[in-house]
Amino acid sequence: MYSGASNLVTTTDNVFFLIIGISVFFLIGISATIIWFIIRYNNKKHPVAEQIHGSLTLEIVWTVIPLILVLIMFFYGWAGYSPVRDAPKDALNIEATARMWSWSFKYPNGVQTDTLIIPLNKAVVLDLISIDVVHSLYIPAFRIKEDMVPGRTNKMWFIGQKTGTYELFCAEYCGLSHSYMFTEVKVLEQQEYDNWMAQRSDTAAQAVAMAVPGAAGRRLIEVNGCLACHSTDGSKLIGPTFKGVYGQTITISTDGQTRQITVDDAYITKSIYEPDVDIVEGYRKGQMQSYKNQLNDQQVQQIIEYLSTLK
Amino acid sequence: MENNHLPNYLEYRGKYKGLLGWLTTTDHKRIGLLYMYSMLTFFATGAVLGILMRLELIAPGKQLMEAQTYNALFTLHGLSMIFLFVIPGVAAVFGNFILPIIIGAKDVAFPRVNLLSWYLYIIGAIIVLTSQFMGDGPPDTGWTFYAPYSLKTQTNVVAAVLGAFVLGFSSILTGLNFITTMHRLRAPGMGWMRMPIFAWTLYATGWIQLLATPIVGITLLMIAAERLLGIGFFDPALGGDPILYQHLFWTYSHPAVYIMILPAMGVISEIIPTFSRKPIFGYTALIISSMAIAFVGYFVWGHHMFTSGMSTGSRWIFSFLSFIVALPSAVKVFNWTATLYKGSIRLQTPFWWAMGFIFVFMIGGFSGLVVGSLATDIHVHDTYFVVAHFHYIVFGGTGFAFFAAMHYWWPKIYGRVYNAKIANIGLGIFFTGFNIIYFPMFILGMQGMPRRYYDYLPQFENWNVVSTIGSWIMVTGLIIIITNLLRARKATGKIVDDPWDGPTLEWSIKSPPIVENFEEIPVVTTGPYEFK
Ligand code: HEC
Ligand code: HEM
Ligand SMILES: [Cu+2]
Ligand SMILES: [Cu+2]
Repeated sequence: MYSGASNLVTTTDNVFFLIIGISVFFLIGISATIIWFIIRYNNKKHPVAEQIHGSLTLEIVWTVIPLILVLIMFFYGWAGYSPVRDAPKDALNIEATARMWSWSFKYPNGVQTDTLIIPLNKAVVLDLISIDVVHSLYIPAFRIKEDMVPGRTNKMWFIGQKTGTYELFCAEYCGLSHSYMFTEVKVLEQQEYDNWMAQRSDTAAQAVAMAVPGAAGRRLIEVNGCLACHSTDGSKLIGPTFKGVYGQTITISTDGQTRQITVDDAYITKSIYEPDVDIVEGYRKGQMQSYKNQLNDQQVQQIIEYLSTLK
Repeated sequence: MENNHLPNYLEYRGKYKGLLGWLTTTDHKRIGLLYMYSMLTFFATGAVLGILMRLELIAPGKQLMEAQTYNALFTLHGLSMIFLFVIPGVAAVFGNFILPIIIGAKDVAFPRVNLLSWYLYIIGAIIVLTSQFMGDGPPDTGWTFYAPYSLKTQTNVVAAVLGAFVLGFSSILTGLNFITTMHRLRAPGMGWMRMPIFAWTLYATGWIQLLATPIVGITLLMIAAERLLGIGFFDPALGGDPILYQHLFWTYSHPAVYIMILPAMGVISEIIPTFSRKPIFGYTALIISSMAIAFVGYFVWGHHMFTSGMSTGSRWIFSFLSFIVALPSAVKVFNWTATLYKGSIRLQTPFWWAMGFIFVFMIGGFSGLVVGSLATDIHVHDTYFVVAHFHYIVFGGTGFAFFAAMHYWWPKIYGRVYNAKIANIGLGIFFTGFNIIYFPMFILGMQGMPRRYYDYLPQFENWNVVSTIGSWIMVTGLIIIITNLLRARKATGKIVDDPWDGPTLEWSIKSPPIVENFEEIPVVTTGPYEFK
């Protein structure tokens, strides 16, 4: 607690402290009273009970005092929360996209990553987008969480106030690999952040890095979350491994008809754009979402190029 | 027993004997027991699933099962505990058995509808359970069926929602039956303000069942229609709205929490006066607080959706009302405590259960303040903190009250007492285990471990180990408690009519009660808890 990792930590933890403090006080107070009554008015010590029916004064007292206390708690809860709703105008705007079961982040200049990298002491607004089911972006160290609901764009904002790496979970149940839908937030010094960004957006340097066969495809696979379901080392995850897939003969079923095919460019393209048409034997329909709106033909070509390097 | 006494409800032989006699009975007492044994079966099933989940979570990585299995387990665990155990819960078992007697009636208003309710309950349960074995595998949506995941998953969701739909009818009919019973069949002289608190809580519950359950019925049908016919209610891909689903679901499911807890509070309000030998403190306050909970409880559902992207205005209103609804529960705790003051307390098993209830219920309630407050809920929503909170409230509240009621009314039901020493030991072990399993979950939630996680990061391991160990201790206690009670039906129990000198009408008659409860309908001249 009170790590100060984001602008919300101190206020939120204060509210925790307030509510838990009042609660513990009453829990101990009431329990002790009960124990004392049990001992004091045990039938051995106190054989005849006094027939008391109630007391209006007491009823009023123990309605009004808790009323005041809950209003105080409500108020601080509200006050601690309301800044969460309005982000500063000059905040850095990043698009966060969730899909079953991976994250991607897109920066204003078009750079895309699978971990969230942000500069220190700068307000960041995330546009929360889900392309399939409800997810929830949760950074415990920052005390912040907001659902990612398909069909609408929620927003969240915060300021990273301490450099470091923090966990980012999916908090809304979203199916099979919900508990593996995990990535990190890196808070970098402004200088470091600028360097990183410059490198990522320097077209010339990127061109050199991407000239290696398959490098561009590899990058696409990382930032689009394919690795949540497909491995590159031969192990079976939710989907088939990419290792050696290109040129392999596999059994697929289309509308219940099974047939054998050889994996080629056309098949892979179709698998990416219409994943539910041809289903690989031993795997389930409805897991992979179509990437029609995320990947253009050229990018799919780069992915194919990468896959063909995985022998 | 003496000769030519009227047969009690257990001996009574109607048109059919044996099992068939039970399955065609319209006697509220027998129906109560039908519910009790069905519910204990589902509770045991749910408990086994819970234990298996805890075993899986004893360490990071895979222990026993695949993720898909784990997801199906918590779904079935939630479904059976919520829909088959705690929602019917105390009301269906003890409401049925005790309510007519405690208000001086021969049966409920509509005995045959009452039997129909039980059949609907069983049919609903069977449909829910067959969803596990048919179609493309057991549902994996969690008991909340959140859209659009519940529309996309390949598993057998339709059967599960239809099962829950049928269960809703059972609940509505029971509510209707009890309300009518209280309006029409109170004994002469029992004005509303002489009715025992337990009956009052069933009255408040009945209205919630009647008014809120249809909403979830429609919502579940909408899920089925969307899956089967492709009508776009909730899936944005079809023009629907996922948030609409959440609103509809919680409009019922929050009030449902009060369906579970109000009768439980009623049970505690019966036990405490009996063992303190004095009237319940603040009778009127307890009644008003029950009705207030039932009423305000309709308007707080949005607190399940603070992170959903709801408007700012609705967030603070729902938070505000959630704090307000905490008050009547607090008032009840104060009144129970005050009832002990200057009493002559008998430390018997039902009393200990009631005290256990108050303790865990307070922890559940206080943690409810944390999730009702906006700033803190943003952090702990959908984490293990919430799992701890609702187990403390629902299991700690309703579950404890269910066992308290069993220990209080068991001698009424079977006319025999159980072994009190074993019962107390069982309670002690159970109570200890309960806190060891669930308390660490608060800490895990504060540390940020989300719920419905098949696997977790290593830093969460320690408290998960503690929690799993707690589950073994708790289940040991449960086994002791239940076998002790079951044994007391026959051989071990001493025969008695009224072991506690209870003040209310059910203790004025024979145990087990005769078929129509009273040889002569009593005339009531005082309030419910008068000790001479
Ligand atoms: C949610 C999990 C998931 C994600 C994310 C995912 N896939 Fe898939 N993918 C599957 C599953 C399951 C199958 C097998 C069933 C089928 O054929 O549709 C599959 C099949 C495929 C196939 C056919 C493989 C074969 O062996 O025939 C290709 C190619 C493919 N995916 C590429 C991709 C690419 C590229 C991405 C990222 C842009 C991606 N997938 C993201 C789950 C996923
Ligand atoms: C008997 C011992 C029990 C054990 C060991 C147990 C354990 C658990 C655990 C570990 C979870 C969390 C699953 C997850 O989020 O990954 C869970 C969820 C849940 N439990 Fe229990 N529990 C028990 C009894 C009960 C009882 C009595 C009730 C209700 C009265 C209950 C209601 C629920 C519900 C509604 C969920 C949520 C399911 C969901 O997320 O869809 N449990 N339980
Ligand atoms: Cu998720
Ligand atoms: Cu609620």
